[in-house]
Amino acid sequence: MAEVVFDGVTKVFPGETVALDDLTLEIADGEFMILVGPSGCGKTTALRCVAGLERPTRGTIRVGDRVVNDVTPRDRDVAMVFQNYALYPHMSVYRNLAFGLRQRRVPKAEIDRRVREISAMLGLDDLLRRRPAQLSGGQRQRVAMGRALVREPRAFLLDEPLSNLDAKLRVQMRAELKRLHARLGITTIYVTHDQTEAMTLGDRIAVMSNGRLQQLGAPQEVYDHPANLFVAGFIGSPPMNLVRGRAEGGRVVAGDLTFERSRIPDGEVAVGIRPEALSPSADGTPSFEFLVDVVEPLGDEVVVHGTTTGSTVETGAEEEEVPTQVEGARAPITARFDPGVRLAPGERLRLGVRPDRIHVFDLRTGAAIP
Amino acid sequence: MSERTLFEAPVEAILKPLPDEGEPTRRRFLFSGWHLVLLPLAVVMIVPLLWMLITSVETLNETRHFPPILVPHQIRWQNYTQVLRQAPFARWMLNTLIVTTLVVIGNLFFCSLAGYAFARFRFFGRDVVFLLVLATLMVPFQVIMIPTFLIVRKLGLIDTLWALVVPNLAGAFGIFLLRQFFRTLPIELEEAARIDGASRLGVLFKIVLPLSGPALATLAVVTFLWTWNDFLWPLITLYTPTHYTLQVGLTTFQGAHQTNTHLLMAANVMSMVPVLLLFFLAQRYFIRGIATTGLKG
Ligand SMILES: Nc1ncnc2c1ncn2[C@@H]1O[C@H](COP(=O)(O)OP(=O)(O)O)[C@@H](O)[C@H]1O
Ligand SMILES: [Mg+2]
Repeated sequence: MAEVVFDGVTKVFPGETVALDDLTLEIADGEFMILVGPSGCGKTTALRCVAGLERPTRGTIRVGDRVVNDVTPRDRDVAMVFQNYALYPHMSVYRNLAFGLRQRRVPKAEIDRRVREISAMLGLDDLLRRRPAQLSGGQRQRVAMGRALVREPRAFLLDEPLSNLDAKLRVQMRAELKRLHARLGITTIYVTHDQTEAMTLGDRIAVMSNGRLQQLGAPQEVYDHPANLFVAGFIGSPPMNLVRGRAEGGRVVAGDLTFERSRIPDGEVAVGIRPEALSPSADGTPSFEFLVDVVEPLGDEVVVHGTTTGSTVETGAEEEEVPTQVEGARAPITARFDPGVRLAPGERLRLGVRPDRIHVFDLRTGAAIP
Repeated sequence: MSERTLFEAPVEAILKPLPDEGEPTRRRFLFSGWHLVLLPLAVVMIVPLLWMLITSVETLNETRHFPPILVPHQIRWQNYTQVLRQAPFARWMLNTLIVTTLVVIGNLFFCSLAGYAFARFRFFGRDVVFLLVLATLMVPFQVIMIPTFLIVRKLGLIDTLWALVVPNLAGAFGIFLLRQFFRTLPIELEEAARIDGASRLGVLFKIVLPLSGPALATLAVVTFLWTWNDFLWPLITLYTPTHYTLQVGLTTFQGAHQTNTHLLMAANVMSMVPVLLLFFLAQRYFIRGIATTGLKG
């Protein structure tokens, strides 16, 4: 096992696509690191650079104490799980699992021992003689992981491994992955565009956009203190509410909302509030008017969509172009309340928020203002 | 099903029903406009074969009769034994089998290597070189025949079977066919194998080729046919009668003054047996081989 280090890695594809832009990232020995970002931000490219399937245009990649830029995939001793699993269709599950060990000339008895061990761990014992075509999606997924883990690689790379599974299986596999990692302690880089996976799985997450690292930190830390507008918009579901505002003399005004913030430089800002930071009553805290539009009772909570005075802010993290409800230029707001809160569409009320739960970002640079 | 006639059976055995077609026997003779074209064409194709069979059991005089005698007075199987006695026919058959086998194996091996390089390796000038290889398909054999002959003679291979094998061990068609096929395989399989520790050659032999059965079979069948039927090249490179291949050997029944048509046809029938056997065994690859001219990229 080993640490994996990206040092100023840039990857430019023919046609000037910059897939990775000066990525510097250290993944500690035994760490579970998540690379998260919207599709096309360079996550897969980053993994392929570690695996040796792509060569960085600039910068170095280190696995353990060895710079691997010019090392063949075979000699890097890392393992990768592909998004579509890439199981060898003409081989049985057993032979799929054994393939890597056979290539490395591991003695037969040892291969057999390790294949049986890993298949027991992943619950594949009864499937060893089947072909990949005879497996369900979840089973294929397990075989793909087994094939990677059986070699006891120095680093374990996963490219959106759960994205082809249905929702229920995904939750189950998430827990299983966490258990496996706790048990084996292999340095893991896990790529996903699903921010729930990002929040739940990793020791640390690296949020990427356009080939650049946006923020690195523990999931909770990234959630609580997004470093910029992009991260604020990307991490969290439903996403953070953002309203355009202005800071002047330690006072911030955004639409109908006014609050104090000491030592804030004057200028245009974006004000961000997580849906769960809103409460349906003002009692002394800063507040703003809210017009209820849609109510979604979820059982354990109720999600309320509506609008407020002001205009919204684009973060670049939006899944796709949402048609902005222009209606008198009001900003969309989403709030999460206790299930006891009863609201009806068309209702108007004031939403309160504690000042310390309001995020402020510089509208020009996107950076968070502490 | 019980009233199936003799003529229906083989047709149904050959044309397996499509998956969504119901009971094949229920769909008996359905007439379509195509039959007006296909039936005469089938007759045109089959008449020479029948005629050859008939001629092969006639006497020489019967073969010269006009109008042709379509029902021989007596079936002369002796023609066949006479062919085997009069000429080193078995030897020719063996020679042809040796050459064909070596050429097929050579093509499978070398075209795989070249096709894989063109499909998956990145190297300077790859696409230009590939185009050049393709361009050789347009050069008629007559143009390269004499240079090839000179090279083969320099190698000291004239009048040996190697003269037929060595220049044909790889061909542009095979390289093209396999390259196109390899490119359709999911590249992740190869990448996974490389991460698993396979070398580039290991990937080719352990992952790519096992998944390329249909393409390899097609290439084998097409190469077999070409080599088996090749005439001009063996004719100019082989002198000693015991070194002949079948196609050259058959011409010895055709003299300047007299042609032993009945023996020629008997020899022809025998020389076709392996091809027919292969045809029935690998029919779908023949069809694919023919359809490959419009191969998708
Ligand atoms: N082989 C390639 N050739 C050219 N462009 C590529 C290639 N692979 C990826 N890209 C481009 O690089 C960018 C990052 O791709 P990728 O790493 O696959 O993103 P992600 O995995 O985050 O969705 C995309 O714009 C993609 O189109
Ligand atoms: Mg990807």
